[in-house]
Amino acid sequence: MHNNAHVHDSGAGSDLLILAAFALVIVIYIGAAVYSGRRYKKWPISRILFWVLGVMCTGSAIAGPLADRAHIDFTAHMIGHILLGMLAPIFLVLAAPTTLALRTLDIQSARRLSKLLKSWPVRFVSNPIIASILNIGGLWILYTTDLYRAMQHTIIVHALVHFHVFFAGYLFTASMIYIDPMPHPFSYKFRMIVFALSLAGHDILSKYIYAHPPSGVMRTQAESGGMFMYYAGDAVDLVLIFLLCYQWFKAIRPRESLAI
Amino acid sequence: MEFKPRNQNNHSIAEIRYAHSSRNLWSGILFGIGLIAFIDEAIFHQLLHWHHFYDKSTSNIGLVSDGLFHALSWFATIGSLFMFADLRRRKGLWLNRWAGGILLGAGSFQLYDGIIQHKLMRLHQIRYNVDIRPYDLIWNVAAAAMIVFGIFLIIQTRRSTLNVKADSHHAQ
Repeated sequence: MHNNAHVHDSGAGSDLLILAAFALVIVIYIGAAVYSGRRYKKWPISRILFWVLGVMCTGSAIAGPLADRAHIDFTAHMIGHILLGMLAPIFLVLAAPTTLALRTLDIQSARRLSKLLKSWPVRFVSNPIIASILNIGGLWILYTTDLYRAMQHTIIVHALVHFHVFFAGYLFTASMIYIDPMPHPFSYKFRMIVFALSLAGHDILSKYIYAHPPSGVMRTQAESGGMFMYYAGDAVDLVLIFLLCYQWFKAIRPRESLAI
Repeated sequence: MEFKPRNQNNHSIAEIRYAHSSRNLWSGILFGIGLIAFIDEAIFHQLLHWHHFYDKSTSNIGLVSDGLFHALSWFATIGSLFMFADLRRRKGLWLNRWAGGILLGAGSFQLYDGIIQHKLMRLHQIRYNVDIRPYDLIWNVAAAAMIVFGIFLIIQTRRSTLNVKADSHHAQ
């Protein structure tokens, strides 16, 4: 099964590099939280915790034992993708990185950042429908074409797929759950409908993988991987649905009761 | 806190309920769909192992239908409970109408599952290696019974009945 030695050999050295990069990302976030906390309200500890958890989920998916196993074990690959594309984005979105950046940067840079967030390309990809197509559509392409096999053979493709899964997952989560400021928000009803449809796309794909193994994956592995994708995906989406409904619940609270 | 006389309070509760009549119904229907899907998954898939994750006879349209309904039921369970909490917060909860919605939602989903998904799309059968007819019969008759009781409760909780009850409270 070790026809992927090329990807596999890049082991320990690059793992250390990745580890260092992730440590840096955590240090920058905490530094920004402390720095901006001197001028504004103290940055919540919970958000720092979410950031650390999110970075750890991302890291464990792309370096270390799980990532090594993912080359030969389809279920391990699936666990990695759930961590990278679903769980890590939830934690990172909850950490509100854009809000932190806006209050840490000097006024001019912050203005530039908020201008960028309002620009049409960002507006386009943060549309729930576009974000869902990028996220779920990307997965369909990965598992129903030869891309999955190519990913196991070429390190560039491997890296690009991981980047896509992560960023599409983050984009999708951020387009559904508004924690950071959103210049052009969509209604709750619209987001809920799009969310339910993309969840369906995810469920259909996981059963499709169960029945039609991706190229180069053995049937038994495709079956356990597909089932894992189905149930673990549901479990993580449960958190997203809860957050979305909870935001709706808070937003529609009756105002009169406050006056009494 | 409300400081109105009791009669007036009752009347206003009836009015609040009516104002949220359709939200009561929808919350019930969605919760019913979620509940029956949960029972299906927990009892027939996980505990009894009668249902299968995938059946070789499953058509592609069956997979699509299964995915859509699974996602809907998953979302509906949580969403409907938040709607329920919202109704309670607004003192607009109308338990009978909500229960009617549950029965209608659960019955409709079970009937769809029993006839369209199991039989037409051949997603999977209720049980394997047995004479399937009595299982199908009980499944679909139970679904129809839930629909009938659900509709009965929903008709009972129309506006006209609400007015009668509210008036009788005033008369006392």
